Amino acid sequence: MSAAGSLAVVGYYEPWWIQILKAIVIFAIALQLVPVVLITERKLLGRFQGRYGPNRVGPYGLLQPLADILKLLTKEQFRPSTSAGLLFVLAPTISILTAVAAFALIPFGDPQFIFGTKVGLYGVDVSIGPLYLFAFSAIAFYGIMLGGWSSGSKYSFLGAMRAAAQLISYEVSQALALVGVIFAAQTLSLTGIVHAQAGMWYVVPQFLGFLIFLVAGFAETNRAPFDLTEADAELVGGYNTEFGGGRFASYYFAEYLNVLVVAGITTTVFLGGWLLPFGLHPPGWVDPIVVLFKMAFVTFLFMWIRATLPRLRYDQLMSFGWKVLLPLATLNTLVTAILVVALN
Amino acid sequence: MPEHPNPDAEQAPATTAIAVTSWNPGDDVIAVQRSPDPGAARGAWRAFRETARGLRTTLARIGEGPSTIQYPEEKVPVYPRFRGRHKLHRFEDTGLEKCVGCSLCAAACPADCIRVVAAENTPENRVSAGERYAAVYEINLSRCIFCGYCEIACPFDAITMGHDYELSDYDRSDLIFTKEMLLAEPLERTPLRNEGE
Repeated sequence: MSAAGSLAVVGYYEPWWIQILKAIVIFAIALQLVPVVLITERKLLGRFQGRYGPNRVGPYGLLQPLADILKLLTKEQFRPSTSAGLLFVLAPTISILTAVAAFALIPFGDPQFIFGTKVGLYGVDVSIGPLYLFAFSAIAFYGIMLGGWSSGSKYSFLGAMRAAAQLISYEVSQALALVGVIFAAQTLSLTGIVHAQAGMWYVVPQFLGFLIFLVAGFAETNRAPFDLTEADAELVGGYNTEFGGGRFASYYFAEYLNVLVVAGITTTVFLGGWLLPFGLHPPGWVDPIVVLFKMAFVTFLFMWIRATLPRLRYDQLMSFGWKVLLPLATLNTLVTAILVVALN
Repeated sequence: MPEHPNPDAEQAPATTAIAVTSWNPGDDVIAVQRSPDPGAARGAWRAFRETARGLRTTLARIGEGPSTIQYPEEKVPVYPRFRGRHKLHRFEDTGLEKCVGCSLCAAACPADCIRVVAAENTPENRVSAGERYAAVYEINLSRCIFCGYCEIACPFDAITMGHDYELSDYDRSDLIFTKEMLLAEPLERTPLRNEGE
């Protein structure tokens, strides 16, 4: 804990051009990761269901996301006559903005010396990491809400209302699940939390918190079994019913980026970030690869759950969120707090 | 049901033409046996266990591998009795057509898709083994329902159902198969199942 405490207050100076370069690199990485997740999900879902998944475009169908994106981007940018002008155009960009901004939070390793300059392998290392995350996921909700409302369609509106209720309900539990870890690590900096896991990853002592965070993460990203927002069968497509072409691609991109963000935060907070077990200390350049592998594992969990569980009914979603998840998260926080006080 | 008088029915105005029979829903409702409601902890454990069981089931599918047949490249072999596109036959020794233009197939056809125009065989122009032959023999495959009645009706086994089912085309008129097309040795595009397979 002492190491974590000291590292959390280290504020090192980064030149402005490094900040800009990092912003571009992180956006580029995010942009490259999303198609990979897309094709992986479709292939894996296929295998889970005894199918091949896409296998026509390119070798093993690996170019399918490229074809999809090309198709979407070359489509006509249409707008329903009932849509509310500017908001309709703005809403998808809000979704992307918040997703990328949250992605900047994920630490990929300790600061490295690249060409003699000390560079932190993350977008920002704010001293209020989880708060930053929840602030942006709260804004992300505007992307969905405004998109659904400004479409001027009842399906979109219903989807947006569901999304609003769902995000509010599950954000509480998600935040509370992190509070336990913050108590244990005694820092709000995500790099500090990673360093605090040097002895043991928090997935072991905070297993309940891990489960709650993951389940709430499924709900936050509107993924199965909590994808009531989209519920194709009843809502046609939910908040993005009226969106097509590039705007739909924006929502799609944001959704998968959000999955990656939740995977990244789970990795950072519960799975020890770039730390390896058994006292392995690889050189610094290995850190991002370790983080990516752990993120891939959590993303696999997302897909596995999606292939397995059917969509919840709306009342089940609400009662699960408020009557099961929230009390459990509160209990987890309380027990952790008592233990931290008792053991210190 | 006089033993369960409905209080609402008694208060109904007497002017009602049809007597309101006192229907008590309580009589018709049958209690259905439900599974025992597990307590909080046991319910949570059951939900967790069932989720784990589901996850194991889906993961097992990955181990099994896909059961998809990549259709245009791979095909499911058809059974020998499969009723696909028709074939007209010739005698193998003489090369004469088996069809004698009797039009029994056209009569048997429920979809009315066979057209036969018969002509007399002459010593100079002997086409079939019988007295007459089919000068025109057309099957409109866009109408055919592949029932196989033509095959049953034919007294000379001149027409049989083949195995070809890939019959799509860009033009409806291309689906009217003439005698030459039906007589021609068809491209075997369909794998055939072996005997007893």
